[in-house]
Amino acid sequence: MEPMMTMMKGNEALGEAAIRAGCRFFFGYPITPQSELPAYMARRMPEVGGTFLQAESELAAVNMLLGAAATGVRAMTSSSSPGYSLKQEGISYMIGSQLPCVVVNIMRGGPGLGNIQPSQSDYFQIVKGGGHGDYRMIALAPAAVQELVDLTILAFDLADFYRNPVALVGDGLLGQTMEPVSFPPVKTTDDDKDWALTGAHNRPKRVITSLELNPENLEAHNRVLQAKFAAMEEREARWEEYRCEDAELVVVAYGTSARIARAAVDAARNMGLRVGLYRPITLWPFPGEGLTRLAEQGVRRFLDVEMSSGQMVEDVKLAVLGRARVDFYGRLGGMVPTPREILGQIQELMGGEA
Amino acid sequence: MYTHEVLIAGFGGQGVLTAGQLLAYAGNLEGQHVSWVPAYGPEQRGGTANCSVVISDQPVACPLVSEPTACIVLNQPSLEKFEPMVQPGGTLVVNTSLCTTRPKRTDITVVPAPATDLAVELGAIRFANMVALGALLAVVPMVKTESILEVLPKVMGEDKAQYVPINREALKIGMEEARRVLMV
Repeated sequence: MEPMMTMMKGNEALGEAAIRAGCRFFFGYPITPQSELPAYMARRMPEVGGTFLQAESELAAVNMLLGAAATGVRAMTSSSSPGYSLKQEGISYMIGSQLPCVVVNIMRGGPGLGNIQPSQSDYFQIVKGGGHGDYRMIALAPAAVQELVDLTILAFDLADFYRNPVALVGDGLLGQTMEPVSFPPVKTTDDDKDWALTGAHNRPKRVITSLELNPENLEAHNRVLQAKFAAMEEREARWEEYRCEDAELVVVAYGTSARIARAAVDAARNMGLRVGLYRPITLWPFPGEGLTRLAEQGVRRFLDVEMSSGQMVEDVKLAVLGRARVDFYGRLGGMVPTPREILGQIQELMGGEA
Repeated sequence: MYTHEVLIAGFGGQGVLTAGQLLAYAGNLEGQHVSWVPAYGPEQRGGTANCSVVISDQPVACPLVSEPTACIVLNQPSLEKFEPMVQPGGTLVVNTSLCTTRPKRTDITVVPAPATDLAVELGAIRFANMVALGALLAVVPMVKTESILEVLPKVMGEDKAQYVPINREALKIGMEEARRVLMV
Protein backbone atom coordinates (compact mmCIF):
# COMPACT_ATOMS: atom_id res chain seq x y z
CA MET A 1 0.00 0.00 0.00
CA GLU A 2 1.12 3.54 -0.71
CA PRO A 3 1.92 5.26 2.56
CA MET A 4 0.55 8.74 3.21
CA MET A 5 -2.71 8.23 1.43
CA THR A 6 -5.30 10.72 2.67
CA MET A 7 -7.45 9.59 5.58
CA MET A 8 -11.08 10.44 4.93
CA LYS A 9 -14.52 9.48 6.12
CA GLY A 10 -16.66 7.82 3.48
CA ASN A 11 -19.06 10.76 3.31
CA GLU A 12 -16.23 13.26 2.79
CA ALA A 13 -14.38 11.09 0.30
CA LEU A 14 -17.58 10.85 -1.72
CA GLY A 15 -17.79 14.63 -1.80
CA GLU A 16 -14.19 15.07 -2.90
CA ALA A 17 -14.56 12.40 -5.58
CA ALA A 18 -17.65 14.15 -6.92
CA ILE A 19 -15.82 17.46 -7.13
CA ARG A 20 -12.91 15.82 -8.94
CA ALA A 21 -15.40 14.25 -11.33
CA GLY A 22 -16.52 17.77 -12.24
CA CYS A 23 -19.58 18.07 -10.02
CA ARG A 24 -20.14 21.80 -9.49
CA PHE A 25 -23.65 21.88 -8.08
CA PHE A 26 -24.79 20.22 -4.88
CA PHE A 27 -28.26 20.54 -3.43
CA GLY A 28 -28.99 18.88 -0.13
CA TYR A 29 -30.74 18.80 3.16
CA PRO A 30 -29.02 17.49 6.28
CA ILE A 31 -29.84 14.04 7.62
CA THR A 32 -27.72 11.63 9.64
CA PRO A 33 -25.75 9.53 8.77
CA GLN A 34 -24.75 11.42 5.61
CA SER A 35 -24.50 14.99 6.93
CA GLU A 36 -20.68 15.11 6.59
CA LEU A 37 -21.24 15.07 2.82
CA PRO A 38 -23.24 18.31 2.55
CA ALA A 39 -20.95 19.82 5.21
CA TYR A 40 -17.92 18.93 3.08
CA MET A 41 -19.59 20.32 -0.04
CA ALA A 42 -20.49 23.54 1.76
CA ARG A 43 -16.79 24.06 2.46
CA ARG A 44 -15.32 22.80 -0.82
CA MET A 45 -17.73 24.06 -3.49
CA PRO A 46 -16.79 27.75 -3.07
CA GLU A 47 -13.11 26.77 -3.45
CA VAL A 48 -13.74 25.33 -6.92
CA GLY A 49 -16.24 27.92 -8.10
CA GLY A 50 -19.14 25.57 -7.53
CA THR A 51 -22.47 26.01 -5.82
CA PHE A 52 -23.58 24.43 -2.57
CA LEU A 53 -27.16 25.02 -1.63
CA GLN A 54 -28.95 23.77 1.44
CA ALA A 55 -32.54 23.57 0.33
CA GLU A 56 -35.59 23.98 2.54
CA SER A 57 -36.52 20.32 2.07
CA GLU A 58 -35.55 17.18 0.19
CA LEU A 59 -38.26 17.90 -2.39
CA ALA A 60 -36.77 21.30 -3.06
CA ALA A 61 -33.27 19.85 -3.30
CA VAL A 62 -34.17 17.21 -5.85
CA ASN A 63 -36.02 19.72 -8.02
CA MET A 64 -33.08 22.12 -7.87
CA LEU A 65 -31.02 19.17 -9.07
CA LEU A 66 -33.44 18.70 -11.95
CA GLY A 67 -33.04 22.33 -12.91
CA ALA A 68 -29.25 22.23 -12.75
CA ALA A 69 -29.05 18.94 -14.66
CA ALA A 70 -31.23 20.44 -17.42
CA THR A 71 -28.47 22.96 -18.13
CA GLY A 72 -25.96 20.14 -18.72
CA VAL A 73 -23.79 20.64 -15.63
CA ARG A 74 -22.65 17.81 -13.39
CA ALA A 75 -24.79 17.92 -10.27
CA MET A 76 -25.60 15.80 -7.25
CA THR A 77 -27.87 15.47 -4.26
CA SER A 78 -27.62 13.19 -1.26
CA SER A 79 -29.75 11.96 1.59
CA SER A 80 -30.49 9.03 3.84
CA SER A 81 -33.49 6.73 3.72
CA PRO A 82 -36.45 8.95 4.76
CA GLY A 83 -35.03 11.82 2.72
CA TYR A 84 -34.40 9.56 -0.24
CA SER A 85 -38.06 8.53 -0.19
CA LEU A 86 -38.97 12.17 -0.74
CA LYS A 87 -36.54 12.56 -3.63
CA GLN A 88 -38.03 9.78 -5.69
CA GLU A 89 -40.70 11.89 -7.30
CA GLY A 90 -37.94 14.08 -8.70
CA ILE A 91 -35.93 11.06 -9.79
CA SER A 92 -38.89 9.80 -11.80
CA TYR A 93 -39.20 13.24 -13.46
CA MET A 94 -35.48 13.29 -14.28
CA ILE A 95 -35.56 9.84 -15.80
CA GLY A 96 -38.61 10.85 -17.84
CA SER A 97 -36.75 13.98 -18.93
CA GLN A 98 -33.52 12.03 -19.64
CA LEU A 99 -31.43 14.14 -17.30
CA PRO A 100 -28.10 12.89 -15.97
CA CYS A 101 -27.30 13.34 -12.28
CA VAL A 102 -26.05 11.45 -9.25
CA VAL A 103 -28.24 10.74 -6.22
CA VAL A 104 -26.79 9.35 -3.02
CA ASN A 105 -28.56 7.25 -0.40
CA ILE A 106 -26.56 6.50 2.74
CA MET A 107 -29.13 4.13 4.20
CA ARG A 108 -30.30 4.02 7.81
CA GLY A 109 -32.74 1.93 9.81
CA GLY A 110 -36.42 2.13 8.89
CA PRO A 111 -39.30 2.08 8.19
CA GLY A 112 -40.47 5.60 8.91
CA LEU A 113 -38.04 7.81 10.78
CA GLY A 114 -36.50 4.61 12.16
CA ASN A 115 -33.05 5.40 13.50
CA ILE A 116 -29.67 6.60 12.28
CA GLN A 117 -27.79 3.29 12.35
CA PRO A 118 -26.53 1.50 9.21
CA SER A 119 -29.07 -0.44 7.16
CA GLN A 120 -29.68 -1.91 3.72
CA SER A 121 -33.43 -1.92 3.79
CA ASP A 122 -33.92 0.47 0.84
CA TYR A 123 -32.88 -2.10 -1.78
CA PHE A 124 -36.40 -2.54 -3.13
CA GLN A 125 -36.91 1.21 -3.20
CA ILE A 126 -33.77 1.84 -5.23
CA VAL A 127 -33.66 -1.23 -7.43
CA LYS A 128 -37.32 -1.83 -8.13
CA GLY A 129 -38.17 1.85 -8.56
CA GLY A 130 -39.66 3.68 -5.60
CA GLY A 131 -40.88 6.45 -7.85
CA HIS A 132 -43.65 6.15 -10.41
CA GLY A 133 -43.54 5.03 -14.02
CA ASP A 134 -41.58 2.44 -15.98
CA TYR A 135 -38.08 3.37 -14.99
CA ARG A 136 -34.70 1.95 -14.14
CA MET A 137 -31.52 3.49 -12.87
CA ILE A 138 -28.02 2.15 -12.38
CA ALA A 139 -27.33 1.65 -8.66
CA LEU A 140 -23.71 1.36 -7.50
CA ALA A 141 -22.98 -0.18 -4.09
CA PRO A 142 -19.39 0.29 -2.83
CA ALA A 143 -18.12 -1.77 0.09
CA ALA A 144 -15.16 0.38 1.20
CA VAL A 145 -14.13 4.02 1.09
CA GLN A 146 -11.68 3.68 -1.84
CA GLU A 147 -14.32 1.92 -3.88
CA LEU A 148 -16.76 4.66 -2.92
CA VAL A 149 -14.36 7.18 -4.49
CA ASP A 150 -13.93 5.12 -7.65
CA LEU A 151 -17.64 4.46 -8.08
CA THR A 152 -18.56 8.10 -7.47
CA ILE A 153 -16.42 9.09 -10.43
CA LEU A 154 -17.91 6.26 -12.49
CA ALA A 155 -21.42 7.35 -11.48
CA PHE A 156 -21.03 10.75 -13.14
CA ASP A 157 -19.67 9.18 -16.32
CA LEU A 158 -22.49 6.63 -16.52
CA ALA A 159 -25.10 9.31 -15.83
CA ASP A 160 -23.81 11.44 -18.70
CA PHE A 161 -23.40 8.49 -21.03
CA TYR A 162 -26.96 7.27 -20.59
CA ARG A 163 -28.58 10.61 -19.78
CA ASN A 164 -30.09 8.99 -16.72
CA PRO A 165 -29.74 9.47 -12.95
CA VAL A 166 -27.34 7.08 -11.22
CA ALA A 167 -27.77 6.04 -7.58
CA LEU A 168 -24.84 5.67 -5.21
CA VAL A 169 -25.93 3.35 -2.44
CA GLY A 170 -24.14 3.07 0.89
CA ASP A 171 -25.04 2.76 4.52
CA GLY A 172 -24.21 4.61 7.70
CA LEU A 173 -21.14 2.51 8.40
CA LEU A 174 -19.58 3.22 5.01
CA GLY A 175 -20.38 6.91 5.38
CA GLN A 176 -18.80 7.11 8.84
CA THR A 177 -15.75 4.87 8.31
CA MET A 178 -12.45 6.64 7.84
CA GLU A 179 -9.86 4.92 5.64
CA PRO A 180 -6.87 5.88 3.51
CA VAL A 181 -7.90 6.90 0.01
CA SER A 182 -6.24 8.11 -3.13
CA PHE A 183 -7.97 10.06 -5.84
CA PRO A 184 -7.23 8.85 -9.34
CA PRO A 185 -6.67 11.44 -12.03
CA VAL A 186 -10.02 12.18 -13.62
CA LYS A 187 -10.45 12.91 -17.27
CA THR A 188 -13.32 15.32 -17.40
CA THR A 189 -14.78 15.48 -20.84
CA ASP A 190 -16.37 18.61 -22.16
CA ASP A 191 -18.72 16.71 -24.39
CA ASP A 192 -21.15 19.03 -26.04
CA LYS A 193 -24.52 18.18 -24.56
CA ASP A 194 -26.67 18.98 -27.57
CA TRP A 195 -29.82 18.70 -25.47
CA ALA A 196 -28.87 21.03 -22.62
CA LEU A 197 -30.71 24.26 -21.92
CA THR A 198 -27.97 26.82 -22.32
CA GLY A 199 -29.86 29.76 -23.79
CA ALA A 200 -31.34 29.57 -27.29
CA HIS A 201 -29.49 32.56 -28.72
CA ASN A 202 -28.73 31.83 -32.40
CA ARG A 203 -29.99 28.27 -32.22
CA PRO A 204 -33.36 26.50 -32.29
CA LYS A 205 -35.02 26.18 -28.89
CA ARG A 206 -34.73 22.99 -26.88
CA VAL A 207 -37.42 21.60 -24.60
CA ILE A 208 -36.87 19.33 -21.62
CA THR A 209 -39.98 17.86 -20.05
CA SER A 210 -41.41 14.58 -18.82
CA LEU A 211 -44.91 15.64 -19.88
CA GLU A 212 -46.39 14.04 -23.03
CA LEU A 213 -50.16 14.06 -23.23
CA ASN A 214 -50.38 12.05 -26.44
CA PRO A 215 -50.23 8.37 -25.44
CA GLU A 216 -48.79 7.25 -28.78
CA ASN A 217 -45.92 9.70 -28.35
CA LEU A 218 -45.47 8.75 -24.71
CA GLU A 219 -45.29 5.09 -25.67
CA ALA A 220 -42.64 5.93 -28.24
CA HIS A 221 -40.75 7.92 -25.61
CA ASN A 222 -41.00 4.94 -23.24
CA ARG A 223 -39.57 2.69 -25.96
CA VAL A 224 -36.57 4.99 -26.18
CA LEU A 225 -36.11 4.80 -22.42
CA GLN A 226 -36.52 1.01 -22.42
CA ALA A 227 -33.86 0.66 -25.10
CA LYS A 228 -31.51 2.62 -22.85
CA PHE A 229 -32.34 0.43 -19.85
CA ALA A 230 -31.73 -2.67 -21.98
CA ALA A 231 -28.32 -1.30 -22.97
CA MET A 232 -27.49 -0.69 -19.29
CA GLU A 233 -28.53 -4.24 -18.42
CA GLU A 234 -26.41 -5.58 -21.24
CA ARG A 235 -23.27 -3.62 -20.37
CA GLU A 236 -23.19 -2.34 -16.83
CA ALA A 237 -23.59 -5.31 -14.47
CA ARG A 238 -20.59 -5.41 -12.14
CA TRP A 239 -19.65 -7.84 -9.41
CA GLU A 240 -16.72 -9.38 -7.59
CA GLU A 241 -16.11 -13.07 -6.90
CA TYR A 242 -13.87 -13.95 -3.95
CA ARG A 243 -12.59 -17.50 -3.28
CA CYS A 244 -15.46 -18.93 -5.33
CA GLU A 245 -13.38 -21.29 -7.52
CA ASP A 246 -13.98 -24.53 -5.60
CA ALA A 247 -16.71 -23.26 -3.29
CA GLU A 248 -19.55 -25.47 -2.12
CA LEU A 249 -21.31 -22.57 -0.44
CA VAL A 250 -21.23 -19.01 -1.70
CA VAL A 251 -22.23 -16.05 0.45
CA VAL A 252 -23.97 -13.29 -1.52
CA ALA A 253 -23.80 -9.81 -0.03
CA TYR A 254 -23.22 -6.19 -1.05
CA GLY A 255 -21.77 -3.09 0.59
CA THR A 256 -21.02 -3.28 4.30
CA SER A 257 -22.58 -6.74 4.60
CA ALA A 258 -20.19 -8.00 1.93
CA ARG A 259 -17.22 -6.57 3.73
CA ILE A 260 -18.19 -8.29 6.96
CA ALA A 261 -19.07 -11.50 5.11
CA ARG A 262 -15.61 -11.48 3.54
CA ALA A 263 -14.06 -11.77 7.01
CA ALA A 264 -16.43 -14.68 7.74
CA VAL A 265 -15.47 -16.35 4.45
CA ASP A 266 -11.77 -16.08 5.35
CA ALA A 267 -12.46 -17.55 8.79
CA ALA A 268 -14.43 -20.42 7.23
CA ARG A 269 -11.63 -21.09 4.75
CA ASN A 270 -9.17 -21.24 7.65
CA MET A 271 -11.37 -24.00 9.09
CA GLY A 272 -11.16 -25.87 5.80
CA LEU A 273 -14.69 -25.03 4.65
CA ARG A 274 -15.04 -24.39 0.91
CA VAL A 275 -16.81 -21.04 1.01
CA GLY A 276 -16.72 -18.06 -1.35
CA LEU A 277 -18.21 -14.59 -1.59
CA TYR A 278 -20.21 -13.13 -4.47
CA ARG A 279 -20.48 -9.37 -4.15
CA PRO A 280 -22.82 -7.40 -6.44
CA ILE A 281 -21.26 -3.99 -7.14
CA THR A 282 -24.23 -2.87 -9.22
CA LEU A 283 -27.55 -3.57 -7.53
CA TRP A 284 -29.24 -2.63 -10.78
CA PRO A 285 -28.50 -4.05 -13.24
CA PHE A 286 -28.37 -7.04 -10.92
CA PRO A 287 -25.31 -9.13 -11.79
CA GLY A 288 -27.13 -12.47 -11.96
CA GLU A 289 -25.04 -14.03 -14.69
CA GLY A 290 -22.12 -14.95 -12.42
CA LEU A 291 -24.51 -16.51 -9.91
CA THR A 292 -26.13 -18.55 -12.64
CA ARG A 293 -22.72 -19.77 -13.74
CA LEU A 294 -21.67 -20.67 -10.19
CA ALA A 295 -24.92 -22.62 -9.69
CA GLU A 296 -24.30 -24.46 -12.94
CA GLN A 297 -20.72 -25.18 -11.90
CA GLY A 298 -21.92 -27.01 -8.82
CA VAL A 299 -22.26 -24.53 -5.96
CA ARG A 300 -24.85 -26.33 -3.84
CA ARG A 301 -25.93 -23.53 -1.56
CA PHE A 302 -26.04 -19.77 -1.51
CA LEU A 303 -26.32 -17.74 1.68
CA ASP A 304 -27.62 -14.23 1.07
CA VAL A 305 -26.69 -11.81 3.86
CA GLU A 306 -28.24 -8.36 4.15
CA MET A 307 -28.92 -5.68 6.71
CA SER A 308 -32.59 -6.05 5.82
CA SER A 309 -35.34 -8.66 6.12
CA GLY A 310 -34.39 -10.10 2.73
CA GLN A 311 -34.72 -7.93 -0.35
CA MET A 312 -31.82 -8.69 -2.71
CA VAL A 313 -32.36 -12.37 -1.95
CA GLU A 314 -35.31 -12.28 -4.36
CA ASP A 315 -32.97 -11.36 -7.21
CA VAL A 316 -30.49 -14.01 -6.09
CA LYS A 317 -33.25 -16.62 -6.28
CA LEU A 318 -34.24 -15.42 -9.75
CA ALA A 319 -30.64 -15.82 -10.93
CA VAL A 320 -30.14 -19.23 -9.30
CA LEU A 321 -33.58 -20.37 -10.48
CA GLY A 322 -33.82 -23.48 -8.37
CA ARG A 323 -30.43 -24.88 -9.37
CA ALA A 324 -29.20 -24.56 -5.79
CA ARG A 325 -30.66 -23.81 -2.41
CA VAL A 326 -30.75 -20.17 -1.38
CA ASP A 327 -30.78 -19.33 2.34
CA PHE A 328 -30.99 -15.94 3.97
CA TYR A 329 -29.54 -14.25 7.04
CA GLY A 330 -30.35 -10.66 7.93
CA ARG A 331 -30.14 -8.13 10.72
CA LEU A 332 -32.81 -5.44 10.92
CA GLY A 333 -33.41 -1.97 12.22
CA GLY A 334 -29.84 -0.67 12.13
CA MET A 335 -28.12 -3.77 13.54
CA VAL A 336 -24.89 -4.79 11.82
CA PRO A 337 -23.96 -8.50 11.66
CA THR A 338 -20.59 -9.59 13.01
CA PRO A 339 -18.20 -11.89 11.13
CA ARG A 340 -18.77 -14.47 13.88
CA GLU A 341 -22.55 -14.46 13.32
CA ILE A 342 -22.15 -15.03 9.59
CA LEU A 343 -19.55 -17.72 10.22
CA GLY A 344 -22.06 -19.40 12.53
CA GLN A 345 -24.64 -19.41 9.73
CA ILE A 346 -22.10 -20.86 7.31
CA GLN A 347 -21.17 -23.63 9.75
CA GLU A 348 -24.79 -24.45 10.42
CA LEU A 349 -25.62 -24.68 6.72
CA MET A 350 -22.59 -26.83 6.02
CA GLY A 351 -23.76 -29.35 8.56
CA GLY A 352 -21.87 -28.15 11.57
CA GLU A 353 -18.57 -29.25 10.03
CA ALA A 354 -15.34 -28.03 11.58
CA MET B 1 0.14 -11.74 9.27
CA TYR B 2 -1.31 -9.55 12.00
CA THR B 3 -4.49 -7.60 12.63
CA HIS B 4 -4.92 -5.32 15.62
CA GLU B 5 -8.59 -4.72 16.36
CA VAL B 6 -8.74 -1.82 18.77
CA LEU B 7 -11.70 -0.46 20.66
CA ILE B 8 -11.42 2.75 22.67
CA ALA B 9 -14.30 3.78 24.91
CA GLY B 10 -15.17 6.37 27.53
CA PHE B 11 -17.24 9.48 28.14
CA GLY B 12 -17.77 11.95 25.30
CA GLY B 13 -15.12 14.63 25.76
CA GLN B 14 -12.39 12.29 27.02
CA GLY B 15 -10.71 12.23 23.63
CA VAL B 16 -11.79 8.71 22.78
CA LEU B 17 -12.40 9.44 19.10
CA THR B 18 -9.23 11.51 18.84
CA ALA B 19 -7.06 8.78 20.37
CA GLY B 20 -8.47 6.35 17.81
CA GLN B 21 -7.83 8.73 14.94
CA LEU B 22 -4.26 9.27 16.07
CA LEU B 23 -3.70 5.50 16.02
CA ALA B 24 -5.25 5.14 12.56
CA TYR B 25 -3.40 8.11 11.06
CA ALA B 26 -0.13 6.87 12.58
CA GLY B 27 -0.68 3.40 11.12
CA ASN B 28 -1.43 4.97 7.75
CA LEU B 29 1.73 7.05 7.98
CA GLU B 30 3.70 3.85 8.48
CA GLY B 31 2.08 2.24 5.45
CA GLN B 32 -0.08 -0.19 7.40
CA HIS B 33 -3.68 -0.90 6.40
CA VAL B 34 -6.00 1.02 8.71
CA SER B 35 -9.60 1.99 9.35
CA TRP B 36 -11.37 4.09 11.96
CA VAL B 37 -15.05 4.26 12.66
CA PRO B 38 -16.90 6.01 15.47
CA ALA B 39 -19.92 4.56 17.19
CA TYR B 40 -22.37 7.28 16.27
CA GLY B 41 -25.80 7.93 17.60
CA PRO B 42 -27.89 10.71 19.08
CA GLU B 43 -24.93 11.61 21.30
CA GLN B 44 -24.66 14.18 24.05
CA ARG B 45 -21.81 15.69 26.02
CA GLY B 46 -20.94 13.34 28.87
CA GLY B 47 -22.63 10.41 27.13
CA THR B 48 -20.67 7.35 26.14
CA ALA B 49 -18.43 7.33 23.10
CA ASN B 50 -16.34 4.67 21.44
CA CYS B 51 -14.50 4.02 18.23
CA SER B 52 -13.11 1.06 16.37
CA VAL B 53 -9.62 1.08 14.86
CA VAL B 54 -8.15 -1.70 12.76
CA ILE B 55 -4.43 -1.82 11.95
CA SER B 56 -3.25 -4.69 9.80
CA ASP B 57 -0.73 -5.87 7.23
CA GLN B 58 -3.74 -7.01 5.16
CA PRO B 59 -6.55 -4.91 3.67
CA VAL B 60 -9.06 -4.30 6.46
CA ALA B 61 -11.92 -6.80 6.28
CA CYS B 62 -14.35 -5.44 8.83
CA PRO B 63 -13.86 -1.89 10.16
CA LEU B 64 -16.34 -2.41 12.97
CA VAL B 65 -14.61 -4.08 15.93
CA SER B 66 -16.86 -6.45 17.87
CA GLU B 67 -14.13 -8.54 19.57
CA PRO B 68 -11.11 -6.31 20.22
CA THR B 69 -7.57 -7.63 20.51
CA ALA B 70 -6.73 -4.38 22.29
CA CYS B 71 -9.12 -2.21 24.27
CA ILE B 72 -8.93 1.01 26.26
CA VAL B 73 -11.73 1.82 28.71
CA LEU B 74 -11.63 5.26 30.23
CA ASN B 75 -14.70 4.98 32.47
CA GLN B 76 -16.73 2.46 34.46
CA PRO B 77 -19.65 1.93 32.00
CA SER B 78 -17.12 1.18 29.24
CA LEU B 79 -15.30 -1.32 31.45
CA GLU B 80 -18.55 -3.15 32.17
CA LYS B 81 -19.60 -3.15 28.54
CA PHE B 82 -16.35 -4.06 26.82
CA GLU B 83 -14.39 -6.29 29.22
CA PRO B 84 -16.41 -9.37 28.18
CA MET B 85 -15.78 -8.64 24.47
CA VAL B 86 -11.96 -8.60 24.53
CA GLN B 87 -10.51 -11.59 22.69
CA PRO B 88 -8.75 -14.17 24.87
CA GLY B 89 -5.10 -13.22 24.93
CA GLY B 90 -5.99 -9.60 24.23
CA THR B 91 -5.05 -6.47 26.15
CA LEU B 92 -7.32 -4.25 28.23
CA VAL B 93 -6.13 -0.85 29.47
CA VAL B 94 -8.28 0.34 32.36
CA ASN B 95 -8.39 3.93 33.56
CA THR B 96 -8.36 3.14 37.28
CA SER B 97 -8.91 6.81 38.13
CA LEU B 98 -12.53 6.52 37.01
CA CYS B 99 -13.26 2.80 37.22
CA THR B 100 -14.54 1.70 40.59
CA THR B 101 -14.34 -2.02 39.90
CA ARG B 102 -11.46 -4.08 38.50
CA PRO B 103 -11.56 -6.47 35.53
CA LYS B 104 -12.26 -10.10 36.42
CA ARG B 105 -10.89 -11.73 33.29
CA THR B 106 -7.75 -13.80 33.76
CA ASP B 107 -7.32 -14.79 30.10
CA ILE B 108 -6.35 -11.28 28.98
CA THR B 109 -3.56 -8.85 29.83
CA VAL B 110 -5.03 -6.18 32.06
CA VAL B 111 -3.14 -2.89 32.28
CA PRO B 112 -4.45 -0.82 35.19
CA ALA B 113 -3.39 2.81 34.79
CA PRO B 114 -4.71 5.88 36.64
CA ALA B 115 -4.73 7.80 33.36
CA THR B 116 -6.86 10.71 34.55
CA ASP B 117 -4.80 11.27 37.71
CA LEU B 118 -1.53 11.03 35.79
CA ALA B 119 -2.85 13.52 33.23
CA VAL B 120 -3.85 15.97 35.95
CA GLU B 121 -0.38 15.66 37.45
CA LEU B 122 1.07 16.38 34.04
CA GLY B 123 -0.94 19.56 33.77
CA ALA B 124 -4.35 18.91 32.23
CA ILE B 125 -7.07 16.29 32.48
CA ARG B 126 -7.47 16.26 28.71
CA PHE B 127 -4.27 14.26 28.25
CA ALA B 128 -5.79 11.18 29.93
CA ASN B 129 -6.48 9.65 26.52
CA MET B 130 -2.80 9.98 25.57
CA VAL B 131 -1.64 8.46 28.86
CA ALA B 132 -3.93 5.48 28.26
CA LEU B 133 -2.80 5.23 24.65
CA GLY B 134 0.81 5.21 25.82
CA ALA B 135 -0.02 2.38 28.23
CA LEU B 136 -1.54 0.36 25.40
CA LEU B 137 1.40 0.97 23.06
CA ALA B 138 3.83 -0.20 25.75
CA VAL B 139 2.15 -3.61 25.65
CA VAL B 140 1.04 -3.70 22.00
CA PRO B 141 3.45 -1.52 19.97
CA MET B 142 1.28 -1.41 16.85
CA VAL B 143 2.56 2.04 15.84
CA LYS B 144 5.58 4.10 16.81
CA THR B 145 5.19 6.95 19.30
CA GLU B 146 6.92 9.24 16.83
CA SER B 147 4.27 8.45 14.20
CA ILE B 148 1.52 9.51 16.59
CA LEU B 149 3.29 12.78 17.33
CA GLU B 150 3.89 13.37 13.64
CA VAL B 151 0.21 13.01 12.71
CA LEU B 152 -1.05 14.96 15.73
CA PRO B 153 -1.19 18.36 14.01
CA LYS B 154 -3.01 16.77 11.07
CA VAL B 155 -5.64 15.19 13.31
CA MET B 156 -6.07 18.00 15.83
CA GLY B 157 -5.32 21.02 13.67
CA GLU B 158 -2.05 22.72 12.81
CA ASP B 159 -2.51 25.19 15.69
CA LYS B 160 -2.13 22.25 18.08
CA ALA B 161 1.44 21.55 16.93
CA GLN B 162 2.67 23.44 20.02
CA TYR B 163 1.19 20.67 22.18
CA VAL B 164 3.33 17.94 20.62
CA PRO B 165 5.90 18.01 23.47
CA ILE B 166 3.31 17.62 26.22
CA ASN B 167 1.57 14.85 24.29
CA ARG B 168 4.93 13.13 23.93
CA GLU B 169 5.26 13.39 27.71
CA ALA B 170 1.74 11.99 28.24
CA LEU B 171 2.44 8.98 26.01
CA LYS B 172 5.72 8.42 27.86
CA ILE B 173 4.07 8.56 31.29
CA GLY B 174 1.49 6.01 30.14
CA MET B 175 4.16 3.70 28.77
CA GLU B 176 6.21 3.91 31.96
CA GLU B 177 3.14 3.23 34.07
CA ALA B 178 2.27 0.14 32.03
CA ARG B 179 5.83 -1.15 32.27
CA ARG B 180 5.84 -0.48 35.99
CA VAL B 181 2.59 -2.32 36.76
CA LEU B 182 3.35 -5.21 34.43
CA MET B 183 7.02 -5.26 35.39
CA VAL B 184 8.15 -5.58 31.79
